[in-house]
Amino acid sequence: MRFELTTDQRDFAASLESLLSAADTVAAARAWAAGDHDPGLKLWQRLAEQGVTELATEATPVEVVVAFEALGRHAVPGPWVESAAYLPVALGREVEGIGTVGAPRALDADVADELYAVVDGALHTATAGAAHVSVDRARHLFDVTVGDPVEHGDLAAAYDLAALATAAQLLGAGERVLADAVTYVKQRRQFGREIGSYQAIKHKLADVRIALDFARPLVFGAALVPTGSITERERAVSAAKVACADAAYLASRTGLQVHGAIGYTQEFDLSVWITKIRALVTAWGTPAEHRARILDSLVGA
Amino acid sequence: MDLDLSPSELAFQAEARAWLAENVPAEPLPSLDTPEGFELHRQWEAKLSAARWPVVSWPEEYHGRGASLVEWIIFEEEYYRAGAPLRVGQNGIFLLSPILFEHGTKEQQDRFLPSMATGEKVWAQCWSEPEAGSDLASLKSTARRDDERGGWVLNGQKIWCSRAALAHWGFGLFRSDPEAQKHAGLTYFLFPLDAEGVTVRPIAQLDGEAGFAEVFFDDVFVPDADVLGAPGDGWRVAMSTAGNERGLSLRSPGRFTAAADRLLALYADRPDPRVADRVVDAWIGAEAYRLYTWGTVSRLKDGGDIGAAGSVNKVWWSELDVALHETALDLLGADAELESTWLDGYTFSLSGPIYAGTNEIQRNIVAERILGLPREPKGAQK
Ligand SMILES: Cc1cc2nc3c(=O)[nH]c(=O)nc-3n(C[C@H](O)[C@H](O)[C@H](O)COP(=O)(O)OP(=O)(O)OC[C@H]3O[C@@H](n4cnc5c(N)ncnc54)[C@H](O)[C@@H]3O)c2cc1C
Repeated sequence: MRFELTTDQRDFAASLESLLSAADTVAAARAWAAGDHDPGLKLWQRLAEQGVTELATEATPVEVVVAFEALGRHAVPGPWVESAAYLPVALGREVEGIGTVGAPRALDADVADELYAVVDGALHTATAGAAHVSVDRARHLFDVTVGDPVEHGDLAAAYDLAALATAAQLLGAGERVLADAVTYVKQRRQFGREIGSYQAIKHKLADVRIALDFARPLVFGAALVPTGSITERERAVSAAKVACADAAYLASRTGLQVHGAIGYTQEFDLSVWITKIRALVTAWGTPAEHRARILDSLVGA
Repeated sequence: MDLDLSPSELAFQAEARAWLAENVPAEPLPSLDTPEGFELHRQWEAKLSAARWPVVSWPEEYHGRGASLVEWIIFEEEYYRAGAPLRVGQNGIFLLSPILFEHGTKEQQDRFLPSMATGEKVWAQCWSEPEAGSDLASLKSTARRDDERGGWVLNGQKIWCSRAALAHWGFGLFRSDPEAQKHAGLTYFLFPLDAEGVTVRPIAQLDGEAGFAEVFFDDVFVPDADVLGAPGDGWRVAMSTAGNERGLSLRSPGRFTAAADRLLALYADRPDPRVADRVVDAWIGAEAYRLYTWGTVSRLKDGGDIGAAGSVNKVWWSELDVALHETALDLLGADAELESTWLDGYTFSLSGPIYAGTNEIQRNIVAERILGLPREPKGAQK
């Protein structure tokens, strides 16, 4: 029993962290939102060189989770969950370039080299249709027209890895919003003292710290469920998704509140995470769907 | 990263499970805060101790098994899963013994630990005072030096001392140097609750039972042999238990996973879709606590300490406990007001956000020591 990252896993996390801190990920996300994919694709390339796109086939879910937490912390744009978690498991191979999948809409189908749709539990090729605007301006969603069935692997396992990766991304985004909020409340002064010295503010931020601290072990616990115990895996993944969605959402609400009006602007970077969190809360299974799945597995429908 | 138990841990688990299955009383014991229940719970402690289960992590010479932290958690999980009785000796075992091991003399360890393990002597924690609750260091009860008799004379009043109405010994802080600053000049004492000059007045709790008591000290003599740690060092000695109380030892996850399992059984019995999400959230909360604890254990094994994370822990388990029980009462519908194990558990859970340092105080600690936010400006102090 050692429920802590190994030295290798820590090193991997640290190397992603330094790559992403050095890259201007917010600028990439903003450009992506405006339809300029270049900076985001360059970043994609560098992350692929670090092995992020092959983790789902070559490493363990723990490494996948480590990577997605970093992607969330830095608000990296692009169909990462689709391309680096879902499709590799669904297709049984790493995706060359960028892949996406209509589940039900396809994220960033306009930049994808491969596009699929899931219909009645089977994978099909697909083509992109009408575009939709997401609350997260860096997420471009497309309707899909379904094509021919393709050979595929375990779609249930693929779905679970995608939901888990989304949970990890939420965790990272929540951590980032909390860190920024803490920095801000130590600087901003009102009524002659830092607003972070007011207990109303402290307690809100303490609640975020607590919620994230208890969401994290669910994510790693789900990553460790032995292959084969499907019910257990589904339940653990759903618990992680629910807890991370709740914790990150609390972080985003609190982060916005403690920033006051500046937090409500799009030009202030916090908006990048607040809108992403809102989108990820319902992506890859809404909290209600995941709660229902847990209940079914525990007491039967 | 893994959650696997070693072969010897699995063997330990199997042994504990088998013994508990064989020995846990079929009927729940009466409340340990009634004289009758107190005695029955002590008999249960004696039975645990005969089979060397009361304090698995203690050394063998004191009825323990020298078990590792992992094994201790395994035992707790099995204990609550088996529906075994609450621990009447918990204040001594979980709150006092860690500091007896850390700060006590060998003589004190030999004198106090064995009877604590067997349930022969039950201990009460006498920390709070009427004017010193959250602001514990403002306590006023005094200890006056008595060189002639080689000891100290205690005066003052303690309050909210759990189990003090029935317990045998107490432990608490007294102001031994009135000139020293607030946190300095406190000394940690051990004293029999039937000593001359001690008066114990039971106080009925929300559930009607005298679960705690106030304790009056009127020139109570305590010999030097019963001072724990150095005179004047009481605050530091005491704070080494506060982390334990909020952190691992007082509320192992087994309690909550067992309660979550019972909640699911209740739901299966009386499904109510309007309460379903809260049932799920209670289960997730218990599962999160279980896994979080394994993370803590891993860090402790690597030589880390709990520190301020004990406060994160405390808020979580206490609020989880309330949520679990409120959800059960909602499933029970109109029957919720009737006497039941769920109702008892609910009433008790309500005290969780208050004792062991209120959750407001814990949130201050999380904000100041973990998030690094500015300290509360101190108010006018006398
Ligand atoms: C069931 C039960 C068992 C107990 N057992 C024991 C025991 O065995 N031994 C023992 O010594 N004590 C025991 N206690 C006492 C417990 O430790 C105290 O109740 C607790 O520390 C709070 O002190 P208080 O009750 O005086 O409340 P107060 O300190 O008066 O607090 C009242 C309210 O004000 C809030 N408050 C106080 N200060 C602040 C602040 N700085 N910021 C924000 N809010 C604040 C508190 O959070 C609380 O909500 C027990 C209590 C209960 C309920």
